[in-house]
Amino acid sequence: MERLIDISLLAFLAATAVGMVMLRNLFAVAMLSGMYSLLSAGLFVVLDAVDVAFTEAAVGAGITTVLMLGTLALTSSQEKVSAHKTAPALLVVVVTGAALIYSTLDMPAFGDREAPIHRHVAPRYLQETPKEVGVPNVVTAVLASYRGYDTLGETTVIFTAGLGVLLLLGVTRRPKRTDA
Amino acid sequence: MRHHAVLRVISKLMIPLILLFALYVQFHGDFGPGGGFQAGVIFGAGMILYGLIFGVETAGRVVPPGLLRTGIAMGVLLYAGVGVAGLALGGTYLDYNVLAHDPVHGQHLGIFLVELGVFTTVASVMITIFSAFAGRGR
Repeated sequence: MERLIDISLLAFLAATAVGMVMLRNLFAVAMLSGMYSLLSAGLFVVLDAVDVAFTEAAVGAGITTVLMLGTLALTSSQEKVSAHKTAPALLVVVVTGAALIYSTLDMPAFGDREAPIHRHVAPRYLQETPKEVGVPNVVTAVLASYRGYDTLGETTVIFTAGLGVLLLLGVTRRPKRTDA
Repeated sequence: MRHHAVLRVISKLMIPLILLFALYVQFHGDFGPGGGFQAGVIFGAGMILYGLIFGVETAGRVVPPGLLRTGIAMGVLLYAGVGVAGLALGGTYLDYNVLAHDPVHGQHLGIFLVELGVFTTVASVMITIFSAFAGRGR
């Protein structure tokens, strides 16, 4: 059953991606990219990564789509036909893709408990979290406590992104006061 | 979108639930999936939906842009401030054990404050970016 869900989700993902490449109407592409995110969120749920699925559904399918549509409302909704030759680009993509697929052959199998990532600090986090941090959700303990520096860095990245958009777009003319 | 009755009614029903769910994800993050980032984007998405349906100006009256700009900085400051508090209380940077008498309570307090900081910054940034884009169009 899980395999069936995986296959259908991945098939829909591939179909959505092909649709995004083929379409020239950018509004349709923005909506398809929202669908792509929602399908990815479904895949994350199947992989038991509900935290990531939350984020993907809210940011990827929700906010990003709205921002894309907002950007399209400011610019043009039709993609310009490029005059560049596409053959070299296709070659680069095919070679890169082949190299990536080739490198996956060397990776540990999915869910392999002997994989290096499960042998390093993960066992310690799982064993010590109830004693050291005392929260039932180990993901929260790792993100906020053991890896607190990383999360501080991520929050600073969000801060910087907001600051950048504010500096570029936020300080337009003040809205005219109608009550004055 | 002021004249779309269906959108207005449905979003009026949905938005309180979305905001409430964001708070649930925030404060229940120690027990279930979720945390500051997820709660922040869900809260932001709820407010963005409000702005989409009822207009950016109306949303700006609910959450003023000045408050959002303060929130963007306050979240990071709160997070970094928890680290400095750990230093002041004799621990290392971002060491929550020293925040309370009992290390586990200190961890709880530290994680709560840090997640609150993440929530504040993420929600403020999301709403600010949306209103920056949407306010540009008129």
